[in-house]
Amino acid sequence: MSDAGTELYEVFVRGKRGLNHVHVGSLRAADPRMALTRARDLYTRRNEGVSIWVVRSADITASTPDEKDPFFAPSGDKVYRHPTFYAIPDDVPHI
Amino acid sequence: MGPMTTQATTGDAEARLQEHFDATIGRDQRIEPRDWMPDGYRRTLIRQIAQHAHSEIIGMQPEGQWITRAPSLRRKAILLAKVQDEAGHGLYLYSAAETLGADRAELTEMLIDGRQKYSSIFNYPTLTFADVGVIGWLVDGAAICNQVPLCRSSYGPYARAMIRICKEESFHQRQGYELLLTMMRGTDAQREMVQDAVNRWWWPSLMMFGPPDDASPNSARSMAWKIKRHSNDELRQRFVDMTVPQAEKLGVTLPDPELRWNDERGHYDFGAPDWDELRRVISGDGPCNAERIARRRAAHEEGAWVREAAAAYAAKRAAGRRAAA
Repeated sequence: MSDAGTELYEVFVRGKRGLNHVHVGSLRAADPRMALTRARDLYTRRNEGVSIWVVRSADITASTPDEKDPFFAPSGDKVYRHPTFYAIPDDVPHI
Repeated sequence: MGPMTTQATTGDAEARLQEHFDATIGRDQRIEPRDWMPDGYRRTLIRQIAQHAHSEIIGMQPEGQWITRAPSLRRKAILLAKVQDEAGHGLYLYSAAETLGADRAELTEMLIDGRQKYSSIFNYPTLTFADVGVIGWLVDGAAICNQVPLCRSSYGPYARAMIRICKEESFHQRQGYELLLTMMRGTDAQREMVQDAVNRWWWPSLMMFGPPDDASPNSARSMAWKIKRHSNDELRQRFVDMTVPQAEKLGVTLPDPELRWNDERGHYDFGAPDWDELRRVISGDGPCNAERIARRRAAHEEGAWVREAAAAYAAKRAAGRRAAA
């Protein structure tokens, strides 16, 4: 009577050639092959993609989503990594 | 550290989390699955998303009954695609509910044994093929009014599911209206069928927005959490204002003697739906409640062998891979 035997999969779709695969949602399936056909039926009924990746949700390693996470602190104080950090006179062309 | 100190620290931590949550909502940013959230927020969302998912799944039945009796191959293909979309919408929403820690199998059980509800609208019968058109026009039209603001709901996975759903609902509404336009260009009998279907579905469609604001106790909290963006009465008014000109163009009469333009308000005035009827249908006493649940239960039980076979096949393949490694 249950979904016993199914696992949660995350689905990534490449919308067209030249674009990255983008996360579109998740679904349940018994194995990766079934996840792939289900992803086709569920997420690409209107030509939304040319390629699909599925990955078991349990296999994803993630940072915590909190934007104050110290994990991201190393990039917070390095303004010199951005082009706008550098003052260039207005009359210098093409830079 | 004594127990008192520990408790105080936990309390402080929780207050900080709550503050962070409130600030995120305040900045109109989205809450994502692994963020801390108040229990009430999580419970409200699971209930609302599950109820929404159940509505999509049960919603396949009233129209699904007409697939084998569609008047042409064109209408049959359209109806099949539409009913398949409803299944898809249900699955997007069950996935969104799972990101909050709900279990899909458990949600299905709760639908079948009546612990969770679905939209009252699907407890009405579809008596003629005109009902298929009117459901697309009015029922899906009302659903769009409800759902477009949910694309900005504060919970990320719910909002994203709603964006996909709204894109597809537009096809649903247009195919319905086009079906009705075709019938209205037909015989007197066909025009009568359309008017009869409009008469039966108009009031239940208005009820889809829920009870009036002063009888909807949870609305204020859902709006503070930005799960909901507009009140029930606001959305109902918006739907009436949108629909009246469509009805005029179609050449049907909406069955409400109080319906008229109010210049002062800049809106249509309209009569009150029969709220007792809504209460009865929600509490299980509509024309088709028992039939809908019985059908859902049968589909679930008759599909058990498929789920078992898929699981057995997956286990066998996994064992084969282990042996080969």
